[in-house]
Amino acid sequence: MISFERVSKRYGEGHDALKEVSFTIDQDELVFLTGHSGAGKSTLMRLIMLMERPSRGRISIDGRDLAKVGRRGIPRHRRDIGVVFQNHQLLNDRPVFDNVALPLLISGYDYREVGRRVRAALDKVGLLQFERAMPVTLSGGEQQRVGIARAVVGRPRILLADEPTGNLDPALSAEIMQLFQEFNQVGVTVLIASHDLALISRLHHRIITLREGRLMTGTSA
Amino acid sequence: MNARRGRAARRDGASQSHTGLRGRFRGWLRHHRLSAADSLYRVLDNRLTSLMTWLVIGIALALPVALNVGLDNARQLSASWDSPAQLSLFLQDEVDGERAAALALELEQRDAVATVLILPREEALAEFSQMSGFADVLDSLEQNPLPNLLLVTPDGTLDAAALELLAADLADLPGVAEVVVDMAWLQRLNSLVELSRRVVLALGILLVVGVVLILGNTIRLAIENRREEIVIVKLVGGSNAFVRRPFLYTGLWYGLGGGMIAAVLVGLGLLFLQRPVTELATLYDSAFRLRGLGLMGSLNLVMLGGGLGLVGAWLAVSRHLSGIEPR
Repeated sequence: MISFERVSKRYGEGHDALKEVSFTIDQDELVFLTGHSGAGKSTLMRLIMLMERPSRGRISIDGRDLAKVGRRGIPRHRRDIGVVFQNHQLLNDRPVFDNVALPLLISGYDYREVGRRVRAALDKVGLLQFERAMPVTLSGGEQQRVGIARAVVGRPRILLADEPTGNLDPALSAEIMQLFQEFNQVGVTVLIASHDLALISRLHHRIITLREGRLMTGTSA
Repeated sequence: MNARRGRAARRDGASQSHTGLRGRFRGWLRHHRLSAADSLYRVLDNRLTSLMTWLVIGIALALPVALNVGLDNARQLSASWDSPAQLSLFLQDEVDGERAAALALELEQRDAVATVLILPREEALAEFSQMSGFADVLDSLEQNPLPNLLLVTPDGTLDAAALELLAADLADLPGVAEVVVDMAWLQRLNSLVELSRRVVLALGILLVVGVVLILGNTIRLAIENRREEIVIVKLVGGSNAFVRRPFLYTGLWYGLGGGMIAAVLVGLGLLFLQRPVTELATLYDSAFRLRGLGLMGSLNLVMLGGGLGLVGAWLAVSRHLSGIEPR
């Protein structure tokens, strides 16, 4: 589903964020991406999102070479991927419902379908009663779950999460990871960047480790 | 089992999302409605800022439009001027004062002639020497070089062609040396009107450019204010067109509002002048009345405002939006 072939990313000032990284993630897989900060986790995520282009190498998603996706194709590409951000990236002047509905609005769904899907997604993350609430009135964990609802509401085939449990206590973190596992069980390819080794080593999924831009062992648990 | 059911459900969802061209068109239309309503709501919500923008645009548009309306009225006035011209009949040298007076009387009988004024050669000479400052030179002349002159005011109903005809007719009369149709003042008025028209046009172009720049700047600020939102929308797959839409509508609302204010200002200005102008016209025995923009003119003005709003928004959006990308 996601495949990296000898992908390197060098930034303008000569800093190599990724060096010759190759791996493949199959559909139905849940994979953790770990490493110290600065090891290249975010760069890898950004390459998949086409927020950056690789300096060398080939990335393909679902068999499609990302180099062939032009500037105008980027929005469509992003619509096929659900993303959860560490800092939530919610619209703070809109209620929870509108935030979750945003991807559907962009894709042009009709109102009934939007309402149905948004409520289903909110129900899934346990926030159905908060659909009219403003994001700032929610706790960090709740805001993160709003972000997750937004990422899955369009039923993407791939779900990316960049440090989704970054600011959460262990119990909340475990709950969030449980959610990702549930999405994975219904066939979504999930890639989670996290440095919470204690948590992810308990979850028995493949772990990809980056160190200074290079791939370490891809252990299968 | 559970996973398989989930996957089937997801595939159903995916097929619903690709509802074909019609579905996508409906979605597009929906987002237009939504953007229009949302940006109108935002414009109305920032009441003070919006009112200022509307007023600035309204005043900038009202100024050239009001001048243009004034000019139209002046043109209408000059077209209905009572005495369009005057004919000067220069008589031959041998025609003396008595014959000139007889000719004047004869001419006054004609339907096409309103009044005839005799300007005797002696009087003409005196006037000329006084006005030209050539008194000494003129005094040294043995005889008066100026002929007797008849100033003929034609009937007010004559048009330009009939005037020409009358002039030709009078030129054939015995004793008449030359007929000069004095339309110089009319030409002066016309070129004055033409000059004013150009000044108004230049002013109008400048102010229209100003309006576009003001709107562009307002939209630029709106874009800056919603920078984070734009980044988020782009992150979850919003296209440039999707991001652009609400800002174009914001420009449209500002422009339409400004156009309406301009129409109201012009209307109020005319209302303010209507009574004194009517009084003045009555004093001159004229049926002249101020003419305003009318319904169509006002609508055009509002649409012009809306169009300028779109242009300004488009400029701002194409200049500033592409620079905002997720980092």
